[in-house]
Amino acid sequence: MGFEKLLFYIFAAVTLFAASMVITRRNPVLSALYLVMAFVSSAALWLLLEAEFLGIVLILVYVGAVMVLFLFVVMMLNIDVATLRARFIHYLPLGLIVAGIMVFDMFLVLGPADFGLDQFAKPQSQPADYNNTAALGQILYTTYLYQFEIAAVILLVAIVAAIRLTLRHRPETKYQDPSNQVRVRKGSDRVRLITMPAEPVPPSLTATLGATHTEMTE
Amino acid sequence: MENIYLTIVLAPLLGAIVAGFWGAKIGRAGAHWVTSSGVGIACALSLWVLSRFIWHDLPAFNDTIYIWMVADGIQFEIGFLVDRLTVLMMATVTFVSLMVHIYTIGYMADDEHNWPHGSLAGKNSYQRFFSYISLFTFSMLMLVMSNNFIQLFFGWEAVGLVSYLLIGFWATRESAVFANLKAFLVNRVGDFGFILGIAAIGMYFNSMDYAEVFAKAPEFANTEIAVFGGVSLMTLICILLFIGAMGKSAQVPLHVWLPDSMEGPTPISALIHAATMVTAGIFMVARMSPLYELSTTALSFVLLIGAITAFFMGLIGLVQNDIKRVVAYSTLSQLGYMVAALGASAYAAGIFHLMTHAFFKALLFLAAGSVIIAMHHDQDIRNMGGLRRYMPITWITALVGSLALIAFPGFSGFFSKDAIIEAVGHADVFGAGFAWLLLTIGAFITALYSFRMYFLVFHGKPRMDEHTQHHLHETPWVVTVPLLALAIPSIFIGWYAVEPLLVNNWFGNAIVVAHEHDTLHHLANHWHGQVAFIQHGMHGLPFWLAMSGLILATIIWWGWHKVNPAIDGQLQQKAGPLARVLDNKYGFDDFNQRVFAAGGRRIGQVFWNTGDQKIIDDTIVNGSARAVSWTAEWMRWLQSGLLYHYAIAMIVGLVGLLTVYVAF
Amino acid sequence: MIALSDYLLLGALLFAIAVAGIFLNRKNVIILLMCIEIMLLAVNTNFIAFAHYFNNLSGQIFVFFILTVAAAEAAIGLAILVVLFRNRHTINVDDLDMLKG
Repeated sequence: MGFEKLLFYIFAAVTLFAASMVITRRNPVLSALYLVMAFVSSAALWLLLEAEFLGIVLILVYVGAVMVLFLFVVMMLNIDVATLRARFIHYLPLGLIVAGIMVFDMFLVLGPADFGLDQFAKPQSQPADYNNTAALGQILYTTYLYQFEIAAVILLVAIVAAIRLTLRHRPETKYQDPSNQVRVRKGSDRVRLITMPAEPVPPSLTATLGATHTEMTE
Repeated sequence: MENIYLTIVLAPLLGAIVAGFWGAKIGRAGAHWVTSSGVGIACALSLWVLSRFIWHDLPAFNDTIYIWMVADGIQFEIGFLVDRLTVLMMATVTFVSLMVHIYTIGYMADDEHNWPHGSLAGKNSYQRFFSYISLFTFSMLMLVMSNNFIQLFFGWEAVGLVSYLLIGFWATRESAVFANLKAFLVNRVGDFGFILGIAAIGMYFNSMDYAEVFAKAPEFANTEIAVFGGVSLMTLICILLFIGAMGKSAQVPLHVWLPDSMEGPTPISALIHAATMVTAGIFMVARMSPLYELSTTALSFVLLIGAITAFFMGLIGLVQNDIKRVVAYSTLSQLGYMVAALGASAYAAGIFHLMTHAFFKALLFLAAGSVIIAMHHDQDIRNMGGLRRYMPITWITALVGSLALIAFPGFSGFFSKDAIIEAVGHADVFGAGFAWLLLTIGAFITALYSFRMYFLVFHGKPRMDEHTQHHLHETPWVVTVPLLALAIPSIFIGWYAVEPLLVNNWFGNAIVVAHEHDTLHHLANHWHGQVAFIQHGMHGLPFWLAMSGLILATIIWWGWHKVNPAIDGQLQQKAGPLARVLDNKYGFDDFNQRVFAAGGRRIGQVFWNTGDQKIIDDTIVNGSARAVSWTAEWMRWLQSGLLYHYAIAMIVGLVGLLTVYVAF
Repeated sequence: MIALSDYLLLGALLFAIAVAGIFLNRKNVIILLMCIEIMLLAVNTNFIAFAHYFNNLSGQIFVFFILTVAAAEAAIGLAILVVLFRNRHTINVDDLDMLKG
């Protein structure tokens, strides 16, 4: 079991390091990449916890989709990093104090005294033919079916919302509106006759035509 | 009978309402007719009721007309108690009031000259005046006919209010406004005591009804209550009530308003500040005789206050030059006599003097008013003189009034005042001897100042200017008729009333006198008819003092004055400091101005500066606004509008709570 | 033997780093979103650890849903960010102070 412990410490250290890098990097692109690193090492930790499906999903969905989205946005937006970093340190002491207290509190609650090996022994490893994906699917499609569908709807809503938010109507862009075209009826919609007074003769013209014509125009 | 009593009360009220609200519509004649007839009806009915009481022995009436509130077992009601005491007051009040109404027609005829040209307040002032005096009659009737303390208090305040309105009737004159404010404030002081007394009665007797309170009173005769280190309850109640009477009846030291109230038109001086309103206190104490008889201390207090007022206020009358003020100080002095009679438990004598005084003092005031009319509203007696040739009726009636006032034998004042001095002489409460001395010397003073005024006004050489002298003539009949009508009872009422009132105990159980306090029984025991009483009086010290006062006045202001017209001023100069003390009215006004008015202002200043400005305005009002502003200023920093501030606050709060739950 | 508490403390540390990141990068919305992702990662790690040690797959189901919602959130969050940048030409949180009265 020593090797497993070693792995845990390695990946835990990498995760914490990556997380620290995420929050301290000046460049958001670097932050995003460190976040990928944190996710990957976390996924490895999850694998240690025999959550294979979720570990894979974390890498596929998060690293593959969400983090790409992040990077995409970061690069798309022209971010003025300098102003964003202004007074960067200002809240650092407070942040550290809060974080420290938080860790201390959590240590009191979640520390080895209550959640150590004595209280929760390491469970037996699953047999080799155990399929985490199948087991997860088993309860996901039975017990948690409705919640699963709600999750699907949430994703759909997220897609619609994201598109709706970012969709831009440019007034200068000319495009056809088929529904309007279809709705046009015969009669007044197609041709409209309008009455208008005769155009006055332009002054340039009157100058050339002479004095008699000026009387007329008046 | 209930309807008759209601009519007596409501007829003047109706007149007042009609004249007050529709005065412009009904015009001057309409106003004086409607009010005078209202009071006339009340007077006629009162006299009829009086006659029924005298000759048909009508039983006393005591019933509730209307209950308007019951609170905590105490009924607040309108009710009438009409017994012999009441009916005598009713007759006096309505009669004098009627005379004043008639007189006012003449006195106020050219009232528009008393107002600045075009003054809005001067419009319809004639009608308003009639409305006021009618309203006053109503208030006084409510007061005397009441059968409970609440209605008594209502009437008490109502006469105070009307008095305020009437003293300041010429509202464009600064002195009038000052005087009515003074009257109102001084009366407030008295009323404060009065209402405390009523409250004490309500607290201990749990009733506002006279009959119930009087019936229960003996039970409380020896009750002590824990204020001022233990006082007899009855003494406290009686003195508190008497403080009210001191305000209303102008006893030292709450007398200061009465001389100033002469700023009002003369008819109301006669009506309110001589004949009726100021007698409310006398009446009230007489009405409360069952209570006062239980407290010798209170009686002694009453007696001393009365005697002091009688003597010292009379002295001031000597140095006054305003004709009305002389009469006003004599009123104060005479009120002192009445109060002294009450203190000596000679309630009947007090009421008797009240009645006779009502007639002759109203007469004197109206005569003074008549003189004032003739003098074109000049009131300084130094500018008068020799008026008897021009105004014979006024002269004669004023002489009658003065003789009655100084207790000349045979005149009404003689019987009542002699009885009072006699009664005080027999009293044996604390201070009775001193009081008797003051009252007796007072008789001398009374004669002196009365005839000083009389001689200065009606005798000697005319001292007014040519123009006024040229226009001097007797006043119209509406003025002289009331004078004559009042002169008759001023002469005769004493003769006829003395025997039933003082000897035969006509009041019956309307007035209660404890046996050991009964100072009038000496008089009754030695009663051998009016002539004998007069003869007996003529052997007494008071009579000789009064006569010597009369003679001295005659010598100085009639005889000597012919030789040396400036004698009055010279005498005052000779008297020096004494005259100055009298001229300053013993400094009561200065004292009040310096101590109460200035002190009040200073306290007010302090309260204004610290209490109002600093504490309320600055700290509470502006302070709360400032606190809100400060807080908001501070909160604004929280409300930065920056999301991460909110997020950070949330996180910090969350961590804080977490720590609290986990670590503690 | 790796104890449950090890994983939990790892989660706690990750979470604390994310919190510190929020304080630190308070002006940069993108990094804030990344911090939120780290927080979610910490939570997910805890869930999976509990699922493993309790031998109960429900924890993994939770993580599954959290991942779903987080993906949706990231998508919408970034979309909002794009719109924001398009409208205001900045993603500096300091400039987003329209909440201020």
